[in-house]
Amino acid sequence: MVGYFQPQTVQEALERLAVGDSTVAAGCTDLFPATEHQSLAGTVLDITRLAELRGISETGTGWRVGANTTWSAVIDAVLPASFDGLKSAAGAVGSVQIQNAATIGGNICNASPAADGVPALLTLEAEVEMSSTRGSRRMPLQSFIKGPRQIALQPDELMVAIHVPASAARGQSGFLKLGSRKHLVISIAMVAVRLVVTDGKIQDAAISVGACSPVATRLVKLENALKGASVDAALGIVKPALIEPELTPIEDIRADRNYRFVATAEITRRAVASVLAKADGLVS
Amino acid sequence: MTISSETLDIEINGIRHSLPKELSGNRLSSVLRDKLGLTGTKVGCDAGDCGACTVLVDGASVCACLTPVAHVGEKKVTTVEGLSDAAMSQLQASFLRHGAAQCGICTPGMLMAAHALQQRIVKPTRAQVETALGGVLCRCTGYQKIVDAVLDTGKVEQQDQPEAGAAIGAAVERLDGERKVLGLDVFGADLLPENALLVRAVRSPHHAAKFTFGNIDEWQSGHPGVAAVLTAVDIPGENCFGVIPGCEDQPALAEGHVRLRGEAVALIVGAADVVEALTFVDFPVEWEPQVAVLTSSESKERTGDPIHMNRKGNVLITGRVVSGDADAALANAVHVAEGEFETAYVEHAYIEPEAGVAWMEGDVLNIHACTQAPVMDRDETAKVLNLPKDKLRIRPAATGGGFGSKLDVSLQPLIGLAAMVTGQPCRMVYSRAESMCSTTKRHPAKIKARIGTTKGGELTGMIFTGDFNTGAYASWGSTVANRVPVHASGPYRVPDFSAEASAIHTNGPTSGAFRGFGVPQAAILQEALFDDLAEACGIDRLGFRLSNALQDGDQTTCGQTLQGVGIRECLEALQQPWEQALEEAATHNRTNTALRRGVGVASCWYGCGNTALPNPSTIRIGISGAGEIFLHQGASDIGQGANTVIAQICADALGIALGSITLVGGDTALTPDCGKTSASRQTFVTGKAAELAGKDLRRTILSMSNMSPDADIEIVGTKLVISEGTVSREIDLAKLPANEFGYVLMAEETYDPPTQALDESGQGIPYAVYGYGAQIAELEVDMKLGKVRVLRVTAAHDLGRVINPILAEGQIEGGIAQGLGMALMEEYVPGRTENLHDYLIPTIGDVPEVRSILIEKPDPEGPFGAKGLGEHVLIPTVPAILNAIRHASGARITKLPAVPHRVLAAIQKVNDNV
Repeated sequence: MVGYFQPQTVQEALERLAVGDSTVAAGCTDLFPATEHQSLAGTVLDITRLAELRGISETGTGWRVGANTTWSAVIDAVLPASFDGLKSAAGAVGSVQIQNAATIGGNICNASPAADGVPALLTLEAEVEMSSTRGSRRMPLQSFIKGPRQIALQPDELMVAIHVPASAARGQSGFLKLGSRKHLVISIAMVAVRLVVTDGKIQDAAISVGACSPVATRLVKLENALKGASVDAALGIVKPALIEPELTPIEDIRADRNYRFVATAEITRRAVASVLAKADGLVS
Repeated sequence: MTISSETLDIEINGIRHSLPKELSGNRLSSVLRDKLGLTGTKVGCDAGDCGACTVLVDGASVCACLTPVAHVGEKKVTTVEGLSDAAMSQLQASFLRHGAAQCGICTPGMLMAAHALQQRIVKPTRAQVETALGGVLCRCTGYQKIVDAVLDTGKVEQQDQPEAGAAIGAAVERLDGERKVLGLDVFGADLLPENALLVRAVRSPHHAAKFTFGNIDEWQSGHPGVAAVLTAVDIPGENCFGVIPGCEDQPALAEGHVRLRGEAVALIVGAADVVEALTFVDFPVEWEPQVAVLTSSESKERTGDPIHMNRKGNVLITGRVVSGDADAALANAVHVAEGEFETAYVEHAYIEPEAGVAWMEGDVLNIHACTQAPVMDRDETAKVLNLPKDKLRIRPAATGGGFGSKLDVSLQPLIGLAAMVTGQPCRMVYSRAESMCSTTKRHPAKIKARIGTTKGGELTGMIFTGDFNTGAYASWGSTVANRVPVHASGPYRVPDFSAEASAIHTNGPTSGAFRGFGVPQAAILQEALFDDLAEACGIDRLGFRLSNALQDGDQTTCGQTLQGVGIRECLEALQQPWEQALEEAATHNRTNTALRRGVGVASCWYGCGNTALPNPSTIRIGISGAGEIFLHQGASDIGQGANTVIAQICADALGIALGSITLVGGDTALTPDCGKTSASRQTFVTGKAAELAGKDLRRTILSMSNMSPDADIEIVGTKLVISEGTVSREIDLAKLPANEFGYVLMAEETYDPPTQALDESGQGIPYAVYGYGAQIAELEVDMKLGKVRVLRVTAAHDLGRVINPILAEGQIEGGIAQGLGMALMEEYVPGRTENLHDYLIPTIGDVPEVRSILIEKPDPEGPFGAKGLGEHVLIPTVPAILNAIRHASGARITKLPAVPHRVLAAIQKVNDNV
C-alpha cells in the first residue's frame, strides 16, 4: 500500500510497522537525496510527531537520547564533558540546515561508513533501544551497525533511543573530522576520543575512527596501551602501529588508502592531545 | 488512523494554505514553487548540498528540498517572500548595497540563513555568520561581500544615483539587483505557464553505446498522461548543432549511438505529475555498450574508428603560435626549466541547473530559458527545428550563473520541439545530476613546457605543448586550442617561442567554455617554471616577473604590438604586499614546523573577445515622445553585471543621469545582437557599442539644439533641456514623430573589435584589447595532513578604466574562489561525481580574505579606456596557490586538484629526496 502516515503515539507507529512495508522517515535528509523525485515513494511512516522519541534526559543508569533528537538539539543540550565529542560531531554534520532536521537515529540507521555521529557514540559505549509490537530490546551500537547500509533492526522494529551508560559518561572528549573543505563535507577520516584522567594517569580510554572501515571502529589496541599510562607519556603511545591494523580504508575520490592510514594516525594524535589538554586544564 | 483532517494545513509567511493531503510526502520546495507559486525559494540540487532552498520553519533554517510538507503542519514557514513587506528588509538592502547578489540564484537561501541567525543573535560575529551560512553554496561572489552584507545589516546609507556624466567609476548598486534580493527575478524554472507539460529526457547510462528503440507507442499507451515521446526522427531540421561554424557535430537527440554518458536519446512529454513520477526503467531502449575512451592519451593511441568519422586520430584541431627559433634559444639558454602538468575535468557548478519553458504564440516559438547567448540560442535552435529565425523568439530568463557552460544550447531545442509537436507550453528543469553529466566542463589538460633565460634572468625562449581533452563533441574545443598558444607565454616578453595545443575527442563529457578557455591550465605550468627560473637565477620571484613583463610597444608572440599594457603596474602594486607577506611567512615559519606558511605570485593576461574572428555587438538607445530613455542592452547578465556596466557607459556617453535610463533586456524580438557573454568581451565590445550609440545620440541632440559639445542634457517631463552657462534650449519630444521602433530620437551603433586573422604560425592580431593582472596567495600547509588553507589573496588587476568598483571586486573575489576550487578540491569524474557532495566547490569557510587593487592603465581601444576582467581573475589564482604551496612546503604539485593526499604525497617526496 501507499500512503503517508504520521502517528501520534509509539504504539500506533509500531502497529503500522507490524503491517510491514513501511519506510520510516525522520529528518528525511538521507531519504530525499536518494531520489530525484519530488515525493517520497511507497508507504512512509513519519515518526517526527512522536514526542517520546525526542530529547535528551538523564536516567537512573545514564543518559537517554531519543532517536528523533536532531543534531541541533544535541548541540544545544547541557551535557557532561564526555559528550563534547558528540557535540562537536553534531556541528560537523552537513550544515546548520541539515543539523536542524537530521536526527541521531537516522544517522545511525542510514549506516554510512562516514556517519558523523557514530564514532563519538561508540566512545560513549552507546546502546540502541528498539521496539516492536513484540516488545523492546537493546543492543550495543557496535553490533547494531553490521556493515555499510546494514543494521540489526528487524522490519517491524523502530529505533526509539540511544542509551549512554553512566560508566561511559565520564571524562573529557573530543572529535576531529578531516575533509577537503570546511562545510558540507563527507569525511576522509574522523576520530572521536574520550579519556578519563585522574592524578595524571589515563584511567580509561575510548577512541573510535570513522570513514576508514565499513563500520566505524574502536581502536582497542591503542585504548589498551593508553589505559594506565601517564598523561605525559600518552602522546608517545599514539603510534600508527597501534592504529593501522584496526583500519581497512578504501581508496575513493576523497583520498587514497595510504593517506587514510597516515592521516588517521595524525588526527588521532591531535585529538588525544586536545582531550588531554582539556583534562589538564581541569586539574590546573 | 493518523491524519484526521482531509487537508494538510500549513502556514507560509503568515498565510494559511490548505493542501491536498496527498502532498504530505512531497518536498516542501516543490509545493512552495509549483503549487503555491512562491518561486523565490530556489532549487539547486534536491539533496541538501547547496542550500539554495533554505527556508525557516519556526525560525530554524532547513532545506525545503529535504522537508516533507507534513513536517511543517502546525509550524510557521518563512520564505524569502516573507522577508520584506512593502520595502526591502534591512538585510536585503545590505545585500544590494554590498553587491552580495550577483546572479541571484543563491541569494534567497543566503538571506534566509542569515535571517535565521539574526533572529537568534542581533550582532553576530564573522565566525557565527560563516557557520550559519556554511550550508549555502555560492558560485559567483566568493562569499566575502555576502558576509560583509550580513555583518553590516542596518547601517542605512541612502545611495544617490550618480549625476549626469558621473556614472563611470561610481559604485552603483546593480540595476537589476532589487528583484534579485527580493527573490522576484524570474529564472529558467520560475516561469510556470498554466497547464504546461513537463519534458524529461531519457539519457545514456553509458559513455559510449549503440542503441535501438523497442515499441515506443506501446510504452506510451501504457502510460496515460504521456502526451508525446520524441526521438531523433521527430526533429524537423538538422539534428546537429555546435557553436563554431564548421564544427557543428552534436545531435539534439542522439541517432543510433551515443558518445557520452548523459546524452539524450528521447524526450517524454506530458502532464507534469505523471512525467515527474516516471522512472524510465521500463522505457523501451536497448543499449549495446561500446569500449569508451575517457582520457586524451588513450584516445590518441586508440586504433579503429574515431569518435567522429571525419576527425582522424580523434584530433578536433591543433592551434599553434611560432615566433623565432625556440629550439635554438633553449639550446643557448643559461637556465632552462621544464615540467609537465595535468589538470582535471572541472564542472561549472552554477547553482541553477538548466531550466526553461517554450510555448507557441501564433506561429512563433518562444523560449524562456537560462542563457549566456540568446542570439546563438535562436540560430542553433532554429536550425534544429527548421524554423526561420523570425519564427523563434528567445526571451532570456534570469540566469543563475553560467561561467561558460550556458553559452551552448542545452534544453532549448528539446523544449522547443516539444512545444511545436504538442502545441502546449513545455517545461524542462534539469536535475543536478542531469546538468552535471550532460553539459560542458573545463578541458582536462596534459601539458609540457620548457622555458629558458639568460644568466641574468631575461626570458629567451619557450616551448609549450598541450593536449586538451575536448570530450565527445566539439563545442568550444577549437577556441581553447587556439587561445592557449596565444596566451601560453603569459604577459611576458618571450622572443623565441613555440606553442601547440590540440583538442582531442574522448567519450568524456564535452569540454567547452569555462572562464579562461584553457588559459588557466596553461598558466599553471608557465608560472611554476618561472619560480624555478627565478630560483636558478637567484632573483626574487616577483622581481623576475617584473623584469620580463610586457610593456607598451612590446611585441607579443603573435607579433602584435601592444599599447596600454598594465602588467607592470599590477606587479608593482604587489611589491609592498609581497614583501610584507614574505616577511610574515618567514616569521611564522621560524617557530612552526607543523603548519608552514607560503607565499606565491602569478600573473595573467587575457585577450578580450573572439580570437581573430568577428564578434560585433549592437546597442540601440531610444527616447520616446513621453520622455523616457530606453537602452536595448542585449548582453546577457548572468550575474557579472553587464546590465549595470553597459548602462553606466551609455549614460556617460550620452551625458544623461543613469537613473533616467530604462533597460530593455536581451529578448531577441526587442533588442539587437550583443553577442555572447563570453571571452570577457561585454564591457569592452558591447560597452564600446554603448559608448558609440550614446555619443551618437548626444551629437544628434546637440546638433538639433545647436549647442556646443560641452552642453548639459536633461529630461524634464516630455522635454529635453540642453543648457550651457546661461543658454538653455528645449526639444519638445512630444512633438517629434516616432520611428518604426516608437522612438522620436534614436541611435544604434555596432562595434566589432579590429583584429587580424592569424597565419599558420599564429602571427597576426588576435585581439584588439587585453586585460592584465597579478595575484599573491598566502597560505598555510599542514605538513602532516597535506591540508592547505589559503589565508589571503591580494589581487591587482588592470581594468583600463574601472566602470563599477563594487562589481569589479565581485568579479575578482568570485574568480579567486573558483580558482581556489580548481586548485584544491574540484575534480569531475564522469559517473562518479554527478552531485554537489562528491563534486566539491568552495564553501564560505574555504575562501580567503581577498584584497583587490584596481589598476587603471587606459586601453586606446576600449570604451573610456576599459578592458575586460571576468576571466582574467581566475587565471593567476591556481598558479599563485601552487607556487605558495611549494614555497611553504617544498612540495611540487603536478596534478590537480591539490587534495590533501596529493599534497602530502608531494611533501613526502621532498622529504625522501632530502
